[in-house]
Amino acid sequence: MRSRKAQGRTMFFRMLARAAMLRKRSALAALLATVVAAAAATAMLNLFWDVQGKLQREFRNFGANIVVEAPEGTTLSDDAVRSIQAAVNGQGLAVPFAYAVARTGEDQAVVVAGTDLEAARKLNPWWAVSSWPQTSEEALLGVRAARLISPEQKPFSLHYQGRKIQLSPAGTVHTGAGEDSRIYVSMKDFRAWTGLQPSVMEIAGNGSPQELNSLMQRLHESFPDLDVRAVRQVAEGEANVLGKTRSTLLASSTFIVCTAALCVLATLTGWVFDRRRDFAIMKALGASDRLIALFVAGEAAVLASAGAVLGFSGGIGIAAWIGRANFHAPVAPRFELFPAILAGCLVVTLSSTVLPLRLLRRIQPAMILRGE
Amino acid sequence: MFVRLVYESFRRQPRRKLLVAVAVALGAAVSTAMIAIAMDIGDKVSRELRTLGANLVVTPEEDSLDVQIGSVNLKPAGGYLNEADLPKIKGIFWRNNITALAPLLPVNVKTDAGEVTLLGTYFSKSLRFGNQEFTTGARQTFPWWKVQGSWPSDDSGNILVGRRLAARLAVVPGSQLEMNGEVHPVSGIVETGGDEDGQIVAPLFLAQKLAGKPGAVGKIFVSAVTKPEDAFARRSPDSLSAADRDRWYCSPYPQSIAYQLQEVIPHSHAEQIRRIAQNEGTVLSRIKGLMLLITLAALFTSGLAVAAAMATAMFERREEVGLMKALGAGHFPLSAIFVTESVLLACIGGLAGFAFGSVLAQRLGRTIFGSGMAVQPVLLPVVIGLAIAVTFAGSATAIRRAVKSDPVRALRGEA
Repeated sequence: MRSRKAQGRTMFFRMLARAAMLRKRSALAALLATVVAAAAATAMLNLFWDVQGKLQREFRNFGANIVVEAPEGTTLSDDAVRSIQAAVNGQGLAVPFAYAVARTGEDQAVVVAGTDLEAARKLNPWWAVSSWPQTSEEALLGVRAARLISPEQKPFSLHYQGRKIQLSPAGTVHTGAGEDSRIYVSMKDFRAWTGLQPSVMEIAGNGSPQELNSLMQRLHESFPDLDVRAVRQVAEGEANVLGKTRSTLLASSTFIVCTAALCVLATLTGWVFDRRRDFAIMKALGASDRLIALFVAGEAAVLASAGAVLGFSGGIGIAAWIGRANFHAPVAPRFELFPAILAGCLVVTLSSTVLPLRLLRRIQPAMILRGE
Repeated sequence: MFVRLVYESFRRQPRRKLLVAVAVALGAAVSTAMIAIAMDIGDKVSRELRTLGANLVVTPEEDSLDVQIGSVNLKPAGGYLNEADLPKIKGIFWRNNITALAPLLPVNVKTDAGEVTLLGTYFSKSLRFGNQEFTTGARQTFPWWKVQGSWPSDDSGNILVGRRLAARLAVVPGSQLEMNGEVHPVSGIVETGGDEDGQIVAPLFLAQKLAGKPGAVGKIFVSAVTKPEDAFARRSPDSLSAADRDRWYCSPYPQSIAYQLQEVIPHSHAEQIRRIAQNEGTVLSRIKGLMLLITLAALFTSGLAVAAAMATAMFERREEVGLMKALGAGHFPLSAIFVTESVLLACIGGLAGFAFGSVLAQRLGRTIFGSGMAVQPVLLPVVIGLAIAVTFAGSATAIRRAVKSDPVRALRGEA
């Protein structure tokens, strides 16, 4: 023999299940509304958190955001270069540059830069390069320099303090800035020829402004003699654009989520109100107001949970799709958002039952059953 | 009779109708606001991207090399542009897209710290082209330059000293600096994070006097609102057909604005500064794409939400339908009544939503970007059309089922 309480509980769940089965279509419409709202909220929240990082990565394409420079007339030792690279490692890219003014056979002065060409390529993706040097003694010529020094892509020689180097042009680089007037060679060739050390490290650091500041602070503390500076041009533009994009996104998310939530409210209110006759019968059969309220709340909770689970997976899918379509990288799902989404769904569905239930409580069952 | 039925339905259930109309209006408001944002965000972000500074540079046509390492200009490039040509930039086809420009003339001067490079430029100079006047200079073109002290005026002999150079020379705002034997007051210390930190920045006329080249300008930096370049932008205008060439010329690509700059400044070569122009193009396309996709998602979301609200509202009416059918109403007039009701609701909700959404977009634009979002009037029919389509789609199944159902069962409350 089962206890009365257990019987009551089974009855309660049977009623919930039957209510859903019998009113399949309207229950489905209510569920759909909840799912859509949950999906919209999940997608927008996921995007909101992820877009910052995605756009920050786009801003890293502007090249260096930190520059470490040796005081004028001095250079960076091998140790300094290595320890700067070690300090930056994992948080960005640090590329050494060495400069010298050389003379061509026709006594034309030209700036020659020695660098790690492979790393420079990663640092400066906007350089329009016809072909990168592959072997040693090959040079990358700025377009202006190429027109003057090697117009027919013939090998040429450069002199630095009486020492000569023979270079063959591998390709040209075009940037619209100072690089167009320079010649780039590999650091190995440069050092063998001039004997000069690098004087500048250009660093493209990843992360938030706070992380970059602490990186700069660390560099500054480890190398007090060197000039460590932020490339303010990029930093300020980045902060400005990122901030405004985030605000726009936040405002749009708020609109969308609020609309979806209000539509759920409207749908569920209508749905509960539509079933006033069922409740009237329950009441006429002896159900208390509390029991009916419990029943409706139970229904709302089931609806909210189902809506949150389905909507959350859908929302993650939408966010991932937007990430892939726009940033060519998926948006990582944030499962820690699920409790918030579930809570939001519960609040919305439960609050949408409050108004119709209060109306029902005031009305006599007989009046509703008579259709008044 | 038909009109009366529809009218009575609205009069007798004002609360229920209001609920649906509010859902439609909310959906329409979000759609209006999001479409307006998606359409205008490109322009807004593009203007914000100007905080990155100039994206175009005009140099003398003559081929010569800049011999500059860091802040030291060893041999300023030969060839000059004429200062008198500068205002002509505001006469090009895309003049309204030019947000700022600054001429630059480097000249080497002797100081206590040896030979340093002095940059002559406009700080905030008033220029006149035809009957329009505009104020421009380094302060607008390089908005990240930070001055401790005050900016010199363009007709004074005051100068700015770069942060690093100031430390070497031990000057502070208000002190004097001797250059080529002449003493100039230092009005401020400038910090840029670039080569200017080791240089002196002075009004253009002072640099011209020091260089002995009146009216000469070395380079002009131009900040322009551009459209991200695409394959069409990269084509040479000379290889295009007349119609294509016009289209190319009249699109604000960095290339076409550079081409137009080259046309108005004699003996010049204008090109994009790839670091800024290329990357801002990518950032802009990403943000535009993001807002577009979010708008699509928002349209879809609000569409589904409104359809669900509509479906429940229609479902409630099955008893009414049963009664009408029992009284002899045919399928067609019955459907017509409900469709008319949906369309009416859609129009009312759509109109209210459009108005609300426009205000929303305006407010958002003003708070975030400092200027309202432009809501195109053509959006109104689009939004109302969408509202009608969505409410219709939402109620269609419910109406069909109600119309087809057996009146007896509906009246008994079994359907």
